[in-house]
Amino acid sequence: MLQLVLEPLQYPFMVRGLLASLIVGGVCAVVGSYVVLRGMAFFGDALAHAILPGLAIGYLVGGGAREPLFWWALLAAVVSALGIGTISKSTKIHEDTAIGIVFAGMFALGIALISTVRSYSIDLAHFLFGDVLGVSPGDLWVIGGVAAGIVVIVLLFYKEFLVLSFDPLLAVTLRLPARWLEYLLLVLIALAIVVSLQTVGVALMVAMLVTPAATAYLLIRRLPHMMALAAGLASFSGVVGLYLSYYLSVASGAAIVLTATALFGLAWGGREVSRRLKLEASNHDVTG
Amino acid sequence: MPDNPYAIEATDLTVAYQEKPVLWDVDLRVPPATLMAIVGPNGAGKTTLIKAILGLIRPAAGQVLIYNKPYAEQRRLVGYVPQRGSVDWDFPTNVLDVVMMGRYRSLGWLRRPGSRERALALEALEKVGMAPFADRQISQLSGGQQQRVFLARALVQDAQIYFMDEPFQGVDATTERAIVALLHALRQAGKTVVVVHHDLQTVPEYFDWVTLLNVRRIASGPVAEVFTEQNLRLAYGGRIAFLSRSPHADAEEPPTPDLPMPSPTRREEPYGYPESAA
Repeated sequence: MLQLVLEPLQYPFMVRGLLASLIVGGVCAVVGSYVVLRGMAFFGDALAHAILPGLAIGYLVGGGAREPLFWWALLAAVVSALGIGTISKSTKIHEDTAIGIVFAGMFALGIALISTVRSYSIDLAHFLFGDVLGVSPGDLWVIGGVAAGIVVIVLLFYKEFLVLSFDPLLAVTLRLPARWLEYLLLVLIALAIVVSLQTVGVALMVAMLVTPAATAYLLIRRLPHMMALAAGLASFSGVVGLYLSYYLSVASGAAIVLTATALFGLAWGGREVSRRLKLEASNHDVTG
Repeated sequence: MPDNPYAIEATDLTVAYQEKPVLWDVDLRVPPATLMAIVGPNGAGKTTLIKAILGLIRPAAGQVLIYNKPYAEQRRLVGYVPQRGSVDWDFPTNVLDVVMMGRYRSLGWLRRPGSRERALALEALEKVGMAPFADRQISQLSGGQQQRVFLARALVQDAQIYFMDEPFQGVDATTERAIVALLHALRQAGKTVVVVHHDLQTVPEYFDWVTLLNVRRIASGPVAEVFTEQNLRLAYGGRIAFLSRSPHADAEEPPTPDLPMPSPTRREEPYGYPESAA
């Protein structure tokens, strides 16, 4: 058993991949708790996809270098987030339609740009499905630094984000700068997505944001505990998924997301069963 | 500056939504320590009126003075109790945390609510009879209990003027009594309370001022003067067969429920949108 756990750790790329999955899982789950509570799953999914042209431009401009990718991706995310907000506020188009328009348009732009490169399919696959085993020591520092920054900001503005998520009208009447806090939250979501891209890729990103947070939401009744549990579940999924990927030779991003999904299924099923049992017990009390 | 300025003074308030006026040229003067009801048919712009006064909707025209100064300078004097359907009661938090939210502004940035906020919140919960529920998950509250939590949250803001959007909507008798007692206590303390209200029968009993609204201001003033059959007809249209007697005359008699009461279905308005004139 111990051998099974230790064997992959002899490869430095596995160790880096595991560390990246742990960090990314935790930070996505914390930010994702807001995504779940505010019903922003579609927005999160769209933002992840809308990053693609940023990656493509960064890739083309940098000649394949890793470092500029982060900034280009972040730029694409912020532009998309603001674009969605502007379209839905200045026209009578609903926000979800605006999200659809921006998301598909940006994603198409990304595909178009990447298709101009010769090794098209391989590079596109990396962006779409992640490449957690290709995390370099430098990447790890960036991921860790950004993740720490996100967590610190969430802690500093915890009570403001709480009001904003529970009752935006109260945030306004309390004279909190609601709009700026809203933008700050969007930027945090964008940052979390950008640093997580290498683990699960664009296509499965939304699962990192919502699945562990939703699992925790089923089980927990206070926001701080929900965030902590979600982070734990996500990190656990990251590690288990990576081991599964190692031993079963399946794509790592998919393995991580499937693990998180299985945990959600367990939590949901467990809740249903305990609810039924309670119901039966109370029926029994009445009849017996 | 006059010795006794109005608590609220709105002039020429007009709100249009997509070119269609939902509030037209409304003047409002409310003296301090007054309990005022805003009544009118569905789509009359009642919620819009308080949201416009609170700056949650930008009016097309008009200005609002709070104690003789522009609203922007006086915002800390104002508290708001929104319709309770405006939030998600499945949110993972408990009663005490929701009430303490009312203290967040005075607490300031980067500070966590501590024992002082906890004490203030418990005190406010005591006043609405909800202290035993402090640690209760908010998803486990009844509608009336939710309403009282919202009231407690407004109380800890320690405002001078309160705006409440249909606090009596669909609540149990205990809550109704608690709200009435609270309104009286607030008036006693010199506070002004403006309440969007649906139940015309209870207006004379619960309030001392009333504003009748139907896009335009029909009448506004002391209940005894303006809560008349003629004004009600003007506000609600000729289609109501209103009581032939004075509406606030015989308080002992059970009120005749022959008004076309607005249906008790919730109208959950998305933030920033005026009431639809459906």
